[in-house]
Amino acid sequence: MSEFELPVRPAVLTQALTRRFGELVAVDRLDLEIASGIIFGLLGPNGAGKSTTVKMLTTLLPPSSGRATVAGHDVVREPAAVRRQIGYVPQLISADGALSGYENLLLSAKLYDVPRKEQAARIDDALQFMGLTDAARAMVRTYSGGMVRRLEVAQALLHRPAVLFLDEPTIGLDPMARHAVWERLRESRTRYAMTVLITTHDMDEAEQLCDRLAIMNGGRLAATGTVAELKQRVGPSATLDDVFAHFAVGVITEGGSYRDVVNTRNTAERLG
Amino acid sequence: MTSSTLGTPPSGWVNRHVLGFGRHSLAVAQMEIAKIGREPTELLTRAIQPALWLIVFGQVFTRTRAIPTGTMRYLDYLAPGVLAQSVLFSAIFYGLAVIWERDLGVVHKLLVSPASRSSLVFGKAISAGLRALAQAVIILALAAVLGVRLRTDVMSLMGVALVVVLGGALFSTFSFVIACLVKTRERFMGVGQVLTMPLFFASNAIYPLSMMPPWLRTISALNPLTYLVNALRALMIEGGEGTAGLGTDLLVLLAVFLVLVGIAANLYEGIVR
Repeated sequence: MSEFELPVRPAVLTQALTRRFGELVAVDRLDLEIASGIIFGLLGPNGAGKSTTVKMLTTLLPPSSGRATVAGHDVVREPAAVRRQIGYVPQLISADGALSGYENLLLSAKLYDVPRKEQAARIDDALQFMGLTDAARAMVRTYSGGMVRRLEVAQALLHRPAVLFLDEPTIGLDPMARHAVWERLRESRTRYAMTVLITTHDMDEAEQLCDRLAIMNGGRLAATGTVAELKQRVGPSATLDDVFAHFAVGVITEGGSYRDVVNTRNTAERLG
Repeated sequence: MTSSTLGTPPSGWVNRHVLGFGRHSLAVAQMEIAKIGREPTELLTRAIQPALWLIVFGQVFTRTRAIPTGTMRYLDYLAPGVLAQSVLFSAIFYGLAVIWERDLGVVHKLLVSPASRSSLVFGKAISAGLRALAQAVIILALAAVLGVRLRTDVMSLMGVALVVVLGGALFSTFSFVIACLVKTRERFMGVGQVLTMPLFFASNAIYPLSMMPPWLRTISALNPLTYLVNALRALMIEGGEGTAGLGTDLLVLLAVFLVLVGIAANLYEGIVR
C-alpha cells in the first residue's frame, strides 16, 4: 500500500446539486467540497436531505439539476467509473442474511472484479481486520448488529475504494459496537488512504470520528467547517449539540417523516 | 499491489463487457443457488400442488374423457402442463425476493457495484430457472410413478431441463419487472394473484387450444406459457407434439426472456428510489 499518492482534486465536489421529488425539494442547490483523505460528516435532522445526497453521489439516484463529481468522475456522465471508485454501506442492511460472511465478501469481490488470484487473500485479510474470522462460515442472520456492520464495511472496502460512503453507520448499535465500528473506520482510512463520508445525526459520532462537518437543513447546506470552527461560530462554550440546534433551527422536531421512522426502526431492530 | 486492482476496469473491451457479464451473472447465480440448497423443505412443499393436479385432477379427467386430446391419454397430455404450471407458479413470486432485498438494502449494494444491471438480472433469472429445475425433477419422478409415458432418452431429458430453466428464468424475470414497478410487498401480492390464474387458464396447459373460443385462443397465442407447454409436451411425452413446432416455441421463449431481461435491467435502479 505504499505507492499511494493523494490526488489534489477534491474527493467529492458538488455544484448546485438539486433533487426534487414532485413538489418536495429534498436537496436544494448543494455546494460541497470534500478534500481527499479526510473523514467528513454530513449532519442534519431526519429529512434534511443527507441520504438523498448520498444516493446521488453513489449513482443510485440521478440529480434533478446541478452536478457532482466523485473521485474526479461525473456521477451522471460516468456512473460506471464512479462505481469502481466508491464503496457504499447503506443505512439499511446490505449484507445478505441467507449467506455466510465469507460468501457475502466473495460476492463483492467478484462483482468488483477483484482478480481471482487475490480474492481469497483479501477476504481472509478483511475478515481478520474486522474480527470476523471465527464467524466467517456462519450465516449472517446469526450475526450481532455490530458484526453485520463490520462485515458490510469490509465488503465495501474489498476493492479499495477512493471514497467510502456510510449512511448512518452506527444506527441501532450499542456503545461498544459503535466504538468498534469507529475504530475500524479510522484505521481503514489510514490504511487505504481513502476519503470517508458518513451521514449521521449523532453528535457523539460526529465529534469523535469526523475531521470536518457539514450541517444540512431542509435540503440546504446550513454550515460547514471543523468541529472546533463550528463551535466557535455559535458561542464560547458551545457544545456540538448547541451547534446542531443553532443551524438546524426551524425544522419539525418530531423526527422525520413516517417512512424515515419506519426505515430507521427497522434497521435498528434488525441490528439490535 | 498493482494499480490494475485500484478501481480501474479490467482491460480490454471483450474482457470488460462480454466476460464481465458472464462473471458477474455467474457470481450472482452462484450465491442464489447456494440459498436454494439451504431450503430443501421449500422444494418439497411446493411440489404438493402439482402433485394434487396430477393425482386428483389428472386421474379423474383421464377416466371421464371430458377433454379431447386425440390419441393421447389425458394424463400424458396433462403432465407437461402441470410441469409448466409449477415452473410458472414457483417463478411468478420471485419478485417478492427482489422486494425483500430492496426493503433490506441488499439491492443498494448490488446497484452501486460496477456489475451491469443486465448481468445482475440475468444471474438471478438463471438461479430461478435452476430452482424450477429442482422442482421439475420431483414432478417428473411423480409422473413416472403414475405411469405417464415419458421419453427417457438423454437428449429429451436434457431438452426438458433446458426448457424448464428457460421457462423459470422467463417468468421470474417477468415477476422481477412487476416488482420494480409496484415496489411494495402488498401490491405485489395483489398483482401476482391476479396474473397467475389468467396466465394458467389462458394456455394449453390443461386443455387443448381447439377447445377454446376464438378470443381465448388469441390470448393464449400471446401467452408465453403456451409456448412453454408446447415445448415440454413435444420433448417430454412419447408421441407428444406442440402446436407450432419446437423451434418456434424455443425461439419465442428465448426472445421474450431476453426482452424481459432488458426491461428489468432498465427498471432495476428505480426500485431504490
